[in-house]
Amino acid sequence: MKECYLGVDIGSISTKGVVIDNDNNIIAKDYIWTEGNPVNSVKKLIKSLKSQINGDYILKGIGTTGSARKLIGLMLDANIVKNEITAHAIGTISLHPDVRTILEIGGQDSKIIIINNGIIVDYAMNTLCAAGTGAFLSSQAKRIGVDINDFGALALESDNPVKIAARCTVFAESDLIHKAQSGYDLKDIVAGLCRSVVLNYLNNVGKGKKIKGPIIFQGGVSKNKGVVKYFKEVLNEDIIVDDNGHLMGALGVAIISKKYKTDKVYNFNMSNIEFITKGLECNGCSNNCEILKIFKNSKLIDTWGNRCPKGATI
Amino acid sequence: MHTIAFPKLADYDVPARYLLNHITNYKIIKPEINLNTIEIGSKHSPDFVCTPFKYTLGTLINGLKKGADTLIQFGGGCRYGAYAALQEEILKKLGYKFEMYNLITAGKTDIKRIKKIFKTIDPNIKIYKSLRYLIIAFSMVKYMDKIDNYIRENIGFEIDKGSFIRLKKKMLNDFYNCKGLFHLRRLYTKYKKRFRKIKVDKPKDYLKVGIIGELYTLMEDSANYNIEYELAKYKISIKRFTNVTYLLLKKRRLVKKYLRKMKNIKYKLGADALDNVYHTKYLCKKKYDGIVHIKSSFCTPEIGAMPLINDIAKKNNVPVIFFSFDTNTSKVGVETRIEAFVDMLKMKKGRL
Repeated sequence: MKECYLGVDIGSISTKGVVIDNDNNIIAKDYIWTEGNPVNSVKKLIKSLKSQINGDYILKGIGTTGSARKLIGLMLDANIVKNEITAHAIGTISLHPDVRTILEIGGQDSKIIIINNGIIVDYAMNTLCAAGTGAFLSSQAKRIGVDINDFGALALESDNPVKIAARCTVFAESDLIHKAQSGYDLKDIVAGLCRSVVLNYLNNVGKGKKIKGPIIFQGGVSKNKGVVKYFKEVLNEDIIVDDNGHLMGALGVAIISKKYKTDKVYNFNMSNIEFITKGLECNGCSNNCEILKIFKNSKLIDTWGNRCPKGATI
Repeated sequence: MHTIAFPKLADYDVPARYLLNHITNYKIIKPEINLNTIEIGSKHSPDFVCTPFKYTLGTLINGLKKGADTLIQFGGGCRYGAYAALQEEILKKLGYKFEMYNLITAGKTDIKRIKKIFKTIDPNIKIYKSLRYLIIAFSMVKYMDKIDNYIRENIGFEIDKGSFIRLKKKMLNDFYNCKGLFHLRRLYTKYKKRFRKIKVDKPKDYLKVGIIGELYTLMEDSANYNIEYELAKYKISIKRFTNVTYLLLKKRRLVKKYLRKMKNIKYKLGADALDNVYHTKYLCKKKYDGIVHIKSSFCTPEIGAMPLINDIAKKNNVPVIFFSFDTNTSKVGVETRIEAFVDMLKMKKGRL
């Protein structure tokens, strides 16, 4: 009987899961859309992971990360709930021990992690603005009528990217419209957009950070070849894009859960758990806290969002 | 009969209400900050003004709604100094009828001017009699800050969760009802002993983090999403320099020392920026594990200080993290960044 560990990364756009064995080898993996319903997508994910595992394994640990980590951690009774920054770093270091910089651009947020000798020494996350994230690219792709999957290939065709003001998403958008209306070629505009994402990212998230190679580029936007090209050009360094780049968070949190394993044994039969959340507003005082009550198999297991004990009991 | 309202800053409304209650017989409104206050405050504020403006404006409007007709505001060394005037104009335009007094202008505390202001607020105030209560209020601030320093260092290690906060509430209540300077001092010694008796589980090699930044966001925990406690939760001892004792009594003297000691800085940088740069140096020297810098969005002096702080911390290999708070910053984002920051500190010590 060999031991295995499950890591789940529930992002805003997609849900990723891996199962690893004791030597950190990935024995099952999957990647599905979250579609605004983390509970259902995790159920689907675990079903698919279960079908991939062949051999005699017992599940000894579960870790969750990503923006829905707390909720899913509660649902799966995870032994570790970790933030995505640490999870991504640990997952990446396990595969590329010599990495110095991790660039990550996801759907809603983007981050940079600086690593020295296998430990995180600095990181940053976008704070106020969505400039330089995947959401910006996909909304602009829709505006100019290009499928987001062809975006990167189209950008590579251009050798004269238009300059788009990269400071802010809103200004970049009006600049883009202006360029399109004055008759620039579509491929040049697409290339300009990819370049502006790179500049945005480096100006916002990467400000004041010393970016040294080897550099690994992750997150959904790393699949866009145009953005990769302009990162190479602007940073003047080689950029590594791992095929498993999107799984790094899940892998990292699985590794952490292995580290913090207990005697508890889990199983993969979670698809029949009834898990309901109910939102309401507490009118106990003028704070009007938004309260979320969480039921597992129709038993109340937790209440979130209350600022005082009053909200826990309503 | 008039009613007085003033903005909230941490728990300092306790000594302020104590003082006002004893020198006048006007009604005093206890300032409060809740979601409603923040909403009203930001609704009537210019968009790109810093958060303290929005918070204080919201508190004042709520005070006016409760029937206040005399408002007291405090100035500061940055554009906060001009807040009282602008807020007065905004409130007058909203149709409220009141008198507004600004106690501290351009970062200076002029005792004569303050005396005059109190005389205009209430002509019945006996200046020499109130001097006694002023001294008591000041001592209260000093004792509160001392106790707060102890809480900050130890709250992360408490065994019974919430014991520090519960005792502090009790202490503030007793302080508010104190009968005189000697009684206050007795209360302070009593509570000091009780705080030291609270059981803490402090490991030998615990993490220490210094927290610096813009004064209002640092001190008012509803403006910083209670960041101190969020940090302390991970078994961290917190050090903070800025409090009212520091700002009113120590700062003026220390700034000269800072300028003398830091040869590459020739100007004060405005507000608390110089202090924060110096404190970064101090924290690095004292081998703190990390530094957290917080400010409200658009705080100009701190923006000027940030590259200097970053540079000093990088040179000394101390991790530093910057937070900018606005009225709509999401709490989840703050929690994620803090958790990652703590993980980073632990990794550095080889504990993750």
